[in-house]
Amino acid sequence: MMQHVIGIKDFSRGTIDAILNRAAELESVACGGSSNILSGRILATLFYEPSTRTRLSFDSAMKRLGGNVIDFGSIEVSSIAKGENLADTISVVSGYADAIVLRHPKEGAARMASEFSSVPVINAGDGAGQHPTQTLLDLYTIRKESKLDGVKIALVGDLKYGRTVHSLAHALSMYNSEIYLVSPEQLKMPDSIKDDLTKSGTKIIETTNIDDAIGVVDVLYLTRIQKERFPDPAEYQTVAGSYKVTKDTLNEVKDDLIIMHPLPRVNEIDPDVDSTKHAVYFRQSFYGVPVRMAILSMVMA
Amino acid sequence: MTAESRELRVRRIRNGTVIDHITAGQALNVLRILGITGRSDEVVSVVMNVSDRKKDIVKIENRELDPEEVDTIALISPDATINIIRDYKVAEKHEVILPSHIEGVVRCMNPNCITNTDEPVLAGFEISRGEGVELRCVYCGKVITDQIADFLI
Repeated sequence: MMQHVIGIKDFSRGTIDAILNRAAELESVACGGSSNILSGRILATLFYEPSTRTRLSFDSAMKRLGGNVIDFGSIEVSSIAKGENLADTISVVSGYADAIVLRHPKEGAARMASEFSSVPVINAGDGAGQHPTQTLLDLYTIRKESKLDGVKIALVGDLKYGRTVHSLAHALSMYNSEIYLVSPEQLKMPDSIKDDLTKSGTKIIETTNIDDAIGVVDVLYLTRIQKERFPDPAEYQTVAGSYKVTKDTLNEVKDDLIIMHPLPRVNEIDPDVDSTKHAVYFRQSFYGVPVRMAILSMVMA
Repeated sequence: MTAESRELRVRRIRNGTVIDHITAGQALNVLRILGITGRSDEVVSVVMNVSDRKKDIVKIENRELDPEEVDTIALISPDATINIIRDYKVAEKHEVILPSHIEGVVRCMNPNCITNTDEPVLAGFEISRGEGVELRCVYCGKVITDQIADFLI
């Protein structure tokens, strides 16, 4: 029985494996089926920031399992507009629901919420902090579409600010992985995270050139490079262009390479790639449903 | 430095607490952590940059500090020693012990951390000692290393 789901670092490999196994059992339910294992249960989704995939997939997951979802609608019509703090909102809502999903713009919000809540809190993103259910669905995708233990993976794009790649790299360090860190010079993975990876025995190879990695990896994990990270728009164009994946880029890759992206993409992946066997990013976002079902069932059932 | 010149700088105290071997330049921050503002009655002497700028010393008369309340000064001065003085003699001597966890002493350096908002939560840190003292925010995970004194509450 899990209590809260706040950050991936709180989980052992054993717990992660248990969640992924549970997600595999529930995948047929996620895929157009239904179940009653959370029948009569209520999930509150508190989104203080916009979200499409995370919010809808939690909704879908809860409803497929026979449960109900409540939310506070838009911020403007809720008590937050009257100045209620998060701690009070959490204390109140934990009396109305069996679990709370929280997305909030401040780092550490979910950890604090868990201290005020009498029901499990699931972190659906806290500012630039943690987003553990994204990491779990990424791991599920790798396990399902490639291999997780001993995987060779390239993390590409903004490795400095991207919370997704930080959490994923940490989780992968539990799976004997080899990680290529591919980023422009100014968006390199922070030293503190590289140190943690090296200490855990993970082999890391840092490069600015995607060609160094693309031919040898099992997984190519692309992320968005945000325009606002570059003072000079021309420099942004050059850098972003150099990491763009097209059908032509894929001439010399492993036959079973998979390409992942947390979405939304801007122009990191040419739409031409969508029809290739390598593209798994839309399935990746579908896997958010069985993985979130697994988490919901483990905190509430 | 001779014993005589040391005596000239700050005379011995009869009863109270002497905090010795404070990292040079940190004496005022030590007082700040201890909540000694000068508005209470005790006589406080502060000596900074003595023995060729190697250390600071703080003497507090007629007050014996509790070793546990003093341990938080290890954050900024890990080698400090606490001497309890009774009738001019050192009655007890302790080294400060770095706590493993602190709350409400330092604020998080991440401006976007939930502890830097109006929420009813105290900034809390897990403490470890590598090359220097390292504070990791319990809430957002941000690590403070060499600028701890800048973030004292």
